[in-house]
Amino acid sequence: MTLEAEVGVFVTGVLHYFGSTVQQAAQCGTPHLALGEHPEISDYTGVIQISGKRTGLVAFTAPKSMLSVMLMRMQETDMSHENLCDLVGEIANTLSGNARRDFGHLFQISVPAVVSGRGGTLDYPAHGRPIVIPIEWRNYHARLIVCLQ
Amino acid sequence: MDAPLHRLLVVDDSNVIRKRIERANELPEIEFVGAARNGREALELHAALRPTLVTMDLTMPEMDGAECVAELVQRDPQIRILVISALADKLTAIDALEKGASGFLCKPFTDRQLNDALRKLIGAD
Repeated sequence: MTLEAEVGVFVTGVLHYFGSTVQQAAQCGTPHLALGEHPEISDYTGVIQISGKRTGLVAFTAPKSMLSVMLMRMQETDMSHENLCDLVGEIANTLSGNARRDFGHLFQISVPAVVSGRGGTLDYPAHGRPIVIPIEWRNYHARLIVCLQ
Repeated sequence: MDAPLHRLLVVDDSNVIRKRIERANELPEIEFVGAARNGREALELHAALRPTLVTMDLTMPEMDGAECVAELVQRDPQIRILVISALADKLTAIDALEKGASGFLCKPFTDRQLNDALRKLIGAD
C-alpha cells in the first residue's frame, strides 16, 4: 500500500467517525510529514500503540472545547476530565481499529493511553516520520498523527 | 404495560460508550440492567444480574471481549451477545461469531444502527 493510500485510510476513517458519532461532517486538511520536531499536541491526546505487521502509533489530539461539544452532541452531560480522556481515547481506538479493514488483522492495536496537557510527549518509534492529518470540525481544529514503520 | 423481556448488560471500557448504548436503546422489550468495564467485571455481573443480552467490546484491559464471549456462552448457551467493536476486519468478526456471539456492529455507529442491531438480536425485526 502506498503512503498516499495509507493516509487515505485514516482520512476516510475520520470523516466516517464524525458523520456517525456526532452527525456533523468534519473536513480533513492536507496531510503533511512532520519534519524536524515532533508535532504539537493539544489539550487531550488519545494514543494507540500499533504492533504486529506494522509498528508505531496512531494519535488523535484535540482541544478541550472541541471534545466538550462532541460529548454534548452525544447527549452526554458529564464534561469531566475523566470523560474527556475517555472520549479522546475512544476516538483514537476507533480510528485505529477501523484501519484494520484495509491493513488486516495483523495491524494490532493496544488499549488507548491518554496524554492530557499540551506539554506532554508521545513515544514515537525511533526512525518514524509522523504524518499529520489536520481535522476541522465546526470551528475547532484537531489532528490525527500517524507514525508507522 | 408488559415487563421487558430481555435484560441487557453493556460491556465496554469506555464510560462514554457504555452510557451512550444505555441511552440509545429505544426498544421497550429491552431493559438495561448493568454495565461492566472489562470481561472480568462482565463475568462477575453475569452471575449477579443474569442478563439475557450483552453488548460486548473486544479491546479491553484485564480480560478482552473475545475471551469473555466464549466464557459467557459456555455458562449460558441461550445468551445473545452483540459484539460492538472498532476492529473492522472480517477475521475479527468471524472469530467473534465462532466464539458464540450472535451479531457484530462496527464502531462508530449511529443510534439507529444500534437499535437495528439490537432488534435483530432479539428477533424483532
